[in-house]
Amino acid sequence: MNPSHANTFDARDKNWYLDKGFEILMFFCGISAIVFVVGIFLFVFKEGMGFIIHDMNLGEFFLSPKWRPTSLNQPTYGIMAMVAGTAAVTVLAMAICLPFSIGAAIYIAEFATGKTRETLKILIEFLAAIPSVVWGFIALSIMNPFIIKTFDVPMGLGVLNSALILALMAAPIVTSIAEDAFKAVPDTYREAAEALGATRWQTIYKVVLPAAKNGLLSAGLLGVGRGFGETMAILMASGHSINIPTSVFDSFRALTATIAAELGETAVGSPHYQSLFAIGIFLFFITFLINMTADFIVRGVRKG
Amino acid sequence: MMTQSVSATSTPPVPELAINTRDLNLWYGTFQALFDINLKIKKGIITSLIGPSGCGKSTFLRSVDRINERLGYVRIKGAIEVLNQNVYAPEVELAQLRKQVGMVFQRPNPLPISIRENVLFGYRIHNEKMGRIAKSEADGIVEDALRQVLLWDQMKDRLDHKASVGLSLEEMQKLCIARLLPVKPSILLMDEPCSALDPKGTAAVEELIWELRGRYSILIVTHNMAQARRASEECIFMLMGRVVEHSPTDQLFVTPTHRETADYIEGRYG
Repeated sequence: MNPSHANTFDARDKNWYLDKGFEILMFFCGISAIVFVVGIFLFVFKEGMGFIIHDMNLGEFFLSPKWRPTSLNQPTYGIMAMVAGTAAVTVLAMAICLPFSIGAAIYIAEFATGKTRETLKILIEFLAAIPSVVWGFIALSIMNPFIIKTFDVPMGLGVLNSALILALMAAPIVTSIAEDAFKAVPDTYREAAEALGATRWQTIYKVVLPAAKNGLLSAGLLGVGRGFGETMAILMASGHSINIPTSVFDSFRALTATIAAELGETAVGSPHYQSLFAIGIFLFFITFLINMTADFIVRGVRKG
Repeated sequence: MMTQSVSATSTPPVPELAINTRDLNLWYGTFQALFDINLKIKKGIITSLIGPSGCGKSTFLRSVDRINERLGYVRIKGAIEVLNQNVYAPEVELAQLRKQVGMVFQRPNPLPISIRENVLFGYRIHNEKMGRIAKSEADGIVEDALRQVLLWDQMKDRLDHKASVGLSLEEMQKLCIARLLPVKPSILLMDEPCSALDPKGTAAVEELIWELRGRYSILIVTHNMAQARRASEECIFMLMGRVVEHSPTDQLFVTPTHRETADYIEGRYG
């Protein structure tokens, strides 16, 4: 090494190289998420593209309730019934899930203290750890006979059953996002309202809820995203028959469940196989849209 | 205004009290923050509360309207009488207490709703039990309150704007005072109301507080001795959770009776 003054600060020792090395490693970890998302999108797109270009009739795809991809003389690919079923279940599930989840979030964020609060949070997060096939078991072996007995209907698998299961599955994420939204409301608002004579409930109703409304909206949207994307539990709880549901006891078939159930039985590259990928692309767009919206709304909250 | 109310009473030696405390002790968990506070704070005047950081002046202020209890680990012994009623008596309802005792905080804290709804917030809470307030009545209340805090001219065209954006700190703090007025409190507690403001804002808010004296009994905590001297009629000096001295402001600053007071106002600590 040259002992002259010019090189006094040039101390590229082991730590310097380690630092650089880690920087590069972390960079690749960071962009890997983008690489995988783009990769998955491209793959799904490539597989479904053939169908979209050659076999798909846009009107039939979205507006026909007839999904008969295996018909020998006249195959039809209409996903309307499945979209209707998935949407109906999602809406009903959110109608059940949101009041309970937001109520739970209010209790955790505004009322519970210390041990109660920690215990509740752990329990609610535990709900999120239950595998979706276990929820399917519950749908089949507990909810199904329960619905048959309670409402005196011939079959308990369908919209109601799926919505209940989905509501339970979405509850943890919705609760924890809603709780974050309440936590983000500055305590000075509550203090100001209470100092003006507002009770706890008036404070929550008139100040905290309006201030947290964007966060709550995005919690709801993430719940909806969960509803559209859930597969296994819905496959087991829905009854899986192609049908536009007209009552909550009707059986239906979800978009996701169709892919899961049929993909293994199709010939790779056949129109049927490709049409399932087209459904995948559709789902991809829907959940992407929902997540983006939720994200934008949350960003809006931060900006004030 | 103050002289009027005093001369109206036929027995001058017994002034009416706004706040009267008896052997008030307060603990945060196991830490004792206030020791045997016995204060008689007169009605209709401005009383300032000075002392070094951590001497318990804010704690005392926050125990008058019981906003301290939000913390959940506050314990109190003794009594605080507001208008001759012990606020720690079991039958006291917090909403009613806070209707009588308004509070202004250190950081202006307008609610994230419109300027108009900020002014009406307290009024709605205390008066809407019977039914909705007519728009004309609400308009009158908003105008009156904003005029009293000298904000009407700036705010009249943007009453429906959000109060948490686009207002200067001075305007926010004035708004926070304005929203107390429709509730018609008799006591205003102010916790360093000017400490977040620039000198111009401080002067404006001080002037406003001075305007309000007589109509309200004002208890103001301040770090700023010059402010206490300018803007109060009586002054309380606190140290380590105890009241050291309580006398007319001029007297306290010119001829303090305690060594600690003299040291503090000369700036030897604090």
